[in-house]
Amino acid sequence: MMGLENFLLMRHELVLTLITLIILIAEISVKDENSRKLRPFSIILFFIATVIGFLPLGEGTLFGGMYQTSGLIVTMKNILNIGVLIILIQSYTWLGNDENKIKVSEFFILILSTLLGMDFMISSGDFLMFYIGLELASIPVASLAAYERKKSKSAEAGIKLILMSALSSGILLYGISMIYGTTGSTYFSEVAQAYTSSNLQTLAFIFFFAGMAFKISIVPFHLWTADVYEGAPVNVTSYLSVISKGAAVFIFTIVLFTVFRTITNVWQDVVYITAVLTMTIGNLFAIRQKNLKRFLAFSSISQAGFIFLGIIGGNKLGMTSVVYFMLIYIFSNLGAFGVISAISNKTGKEDMNDYDGLYLTNPKLSLVMMLALFSLAGIPPVAGFFGKFFLFTAAAQQGFFILILIAVLNTIISLYYYLLVVKAMFINKSENPIPYFKCDGYTRLGLLMCVIGIFATGFLSIIFEYIRSFSFGI
Amino acid sequence: MSILSLFVIIPLITVFALMATNGFKQARLVAAIGMGIQLIMAAVIVFMYLSERNAGNTAEMLFYDSSVWFESLNITYAVGVDGIAVAMIALTSIVVFAGIFASWDVQILTKEFFISLILLSSGVYGFFISLDLFTMFLFYELAVIPMYLLIGLWGSGPKEYSAMKLTLMLMGGSALLIVGFLGIYFHSAPNGGALTFNILSISKIHIPIEAQRFFFPLTFVGFGVLGAMFPLHTWSPDGHASAPTAVSMLHAGVLMKLGGYGCFRVAMFLMPQAAHELGWIFLILTTVSVVYGAFGAIAQKDLKYINAYSSVSHCGLVLFALLMMNKTSMDGAIIQMISHGLMTALFFALIGMIYGRTHTRLINEMGGLMKVIPFLGVVYVIAGLASLGLPGLSGFVAEMSIFVGSFQHPDVFHRVCTIVACSSIVITAVYILRVIGILLLGPITNDHYLHLGDAKWYERISTVTLLAAIAGIGLAPLWLSDMIGDSLAPIINQLSLSF
Repeated sequence: MMGLENFLLMRHELVLTLITLIILIAEISVKDENSRKLRPFSIILFFIATVIGFLPLGEGTLFGGMYQTSGLIVTMKNILNIGVLIILIQSYTWLGNDENKIKVSEFFILILSTLLGMDFMISSGDFLMFYIGLELASIPVASLAAYERKKSKSAEAGIKLILMSALSSGILLYGISMIYGTTGSTYFSEVAQAYTSSNLQTLAFIFFFAGMAFKISIVPFHLWTADVYEGAPVNVTSYLSVISKGAAVFIFTIVLFTVFRTITNVWQDVVYITAVLTMTIGNLFAIRQKNLKRFLAFSSISQAGFIFLGIIGGNKLGMTSVVYFMLIYIFSNLGAFGVISAISNKTGKEDMNDYDGLYLTNPKLSLVMMLALFSLAGIPPVAGFFGKFFLFTAAAQQGFFILILIAVLNTIISLYYYLLVVKAMFINKSENPIPYFKCDGYTRLGLLMCVIGIFATGFLSIIFEYIRSFSFGI
Repeated sequence: MSILSLFVIIPLITVFALMATNGFKQARLVAAIGMGIQLIMAAVIVFMYLSERNAGNTAEMLFYDSSVWFESLNITYAVGVDGIAVAMIALTSIVVFAGIFASWDVQILTKEFFISLILLSSGVYGFFISLDLFTMFLFYELAVIPMYLLIGLWGSGPKEYSAMKLTLMLMGGSALLIVGFLGIYFHSAPNGGALTFNILSISKIHIPIEAQRFFFPLTFVGFGVLGAMFPLHTWSPDGHASAPTAVSMLHAGVLMKLGGYGCFRVAMFLMPQAAHELGWIFLILTTVSVVYGAFGAIAQKDLKYINAYSSVSHCGLVLFALLMMNKTSMDGAIIQMISHGLMTALFFALIGMIYGRTHTRLINEMGGLMKVIPFLGVVYVIAGLASLGLPGLSGFVAEMSIFVGSFQHPDVFHRVCTIVACSSIVITAVYILRVIGILLLGPITNDHYLHLGDAKWYERISTVTLLAAIAGIGLAPLWLSDMIGDSLAPIINQLSLSF
């Protein structure tokens, strides 16, 4: 039966709901002159929530199996919390702008709502709970993408995102209905036992895959990514590229390894082909991009392809490397987006050509950007190297050496375009580079957290071993 | 903690110290002190190594230390050296020390220049002391990325193009290496037991031959790219020509030897059967490298390009000799690695000094320099004679061992390859002597040259250090070849067991 201790298994979600309500009430009841205190207030609240999330939590299921939690799921939620904390810290300056000042609390409430949806999605033990979480995660993000009402690109991003989300959720729901039709249940455990590779069930899997691939930006479901990332405000883009993708990857891995474990012969082929397509097309399109947000959009598309290398083996090392890589990817991507956000706030410039000669005027920002890009490229000694290496190791364990060869060749292509940004900042000369500006405390804190993360997650093997202790394979 | 880790720690401390300096004079002083300490450390380790061996320590690797890093994957930070590694460490420290003094005049972003250079060298040292494939690979990749900034920022000519080409091709090599290393790792326990990345442990077991056939080419080509094996050598001419002096010295002198070292320490040591079966393919390619590089050098008009192609040729000779797989030729290969490292570093230093004075690198525009800058001229002649293998200098010792060893193979294929490679001696003589003739001898072609100053104190330190080492090895090679010979024994053993 469900007692209080069992109910408190939902600690992450309960705390999130609580602070969302607190922020809502605070916004209504605060006087005008104190309204600028809302930002630090909300950030501190979320910091407390993150810390509470790290306190030990038991395993268990709730609501008759619809909600489940385990060490792995808690770790995943904590990783997402860290990411959101860094994003909130990085958004501090941008939220202080004239047009954003009046709707600060909406930003926090929307972000926390999507995070709540993602937490439910990751903890789901049943397809209906999964769908509820997915929808709760998708809809507020679309309004976040359209946050800057006065810019047409932002509105375009919002519309594209909501329409594509709705379509892919619909297809996913169709797949779920077919799963229910063929197995008689929506609970993960029961579906797993009854799943075979009959035609209708394979089709159901494909529809499920399509819905998830949209969120993870896998080719050929990636077409929304570049436009939405470019149009949305920088901090919402970082949220989409890191947290939204991360949560989708987490639940996708769990579902593949538990629910669909009997049909590995079906999904391994699908993952193989989409991984190759994603890495290659993401890389090839990134080479041409000049807008840095689009550039990072295509770079994250190709990173998702690399993540699939960890998934394809279906082994314990694979799940470990996927979660580990996601953590590193959060720090690297947020580092890059943090720099872009700081510069965009100050000067409004988002083009690679505007970054020419940045090292001579803003050396520390350039160094942070360089570290973040090297981590994304997988260059030692930063953590991205370890993340990529372990993804390849996981694929190698199951013998996918040709796939690894394709992946490492794609790493070279990606190094080319990351080096283009490094070249712009360090080597290119410019008549009017972006002048020196001092970042405020919150931006510095956010970037510092990213840099520490980029170095620590690689060298400290305890993080990898910790994640491994919870992982499981097929 | 092993004393060897100091070789990575001292450069890192120097880098941190450099970050705190202000102005180019402080930066170069700190860099010189740091790498001077490193040079002393290298001498100390050579001394310690020789005394350990004389005391009767016959362990395969000395100063061995291993601490677990990623337990579940059996990744350790394992360090240890044998005679070859000690010799390579000594080479690196001499070349880096000479390189710092050759860059004494760098005034743009001096601090960043020395930071990148020393970071690069820390990667090289780490590579030579590592005995774990993962750690070795980490240091190997660490040694590639600073090259992009070093060539792109402080280089000359088509520097962005050369930097990008060099970085991407070398990373391409490491891409192949990842696959090779993972393949070795997952076949490192054919009889059950734990998988391991440790080189010594893997050398004791036998990797299945089917796996060897797939992963040996990948690993060998991966290292071969850095060793400038034809046809993947194309990064080398542009890369070396566009790089600043110290970077060319370090890269041609040391980094290209990483390729040769990796080839025998990893590819041939761990997969000897495949080395025998498939070595002939690479033997053909390296023979082509040797001759192609030499012919390429003849056709060049820019001093740096001549030297770059010459490096392709000599490094090709290293791989050539390694693939001959007998004691004499492998002895020669290692001596060639050290000898060529010193020689090419000296050449690049001299070219940098000449360019600094005449502001041109085209040999046709210069002439009669011996009359105006005699010190540099004489050093250039000696370096040239070493390059073409004059007895009494290190080049002769190396090339003689290589060709005698290679000729010991009685079959037609090896003999033909040896004869073709031998022809490179003549071709080398052509381009070396031609350059000396046009550049140094003859009438002075440009009146401005009458006012050129000879070598300054820091340039003399740089060149004399290298010259002393070259002459030392040439006149008394026994101490070097003894040190190497003992350490080659396990590798030869491994290769001959599979005959």
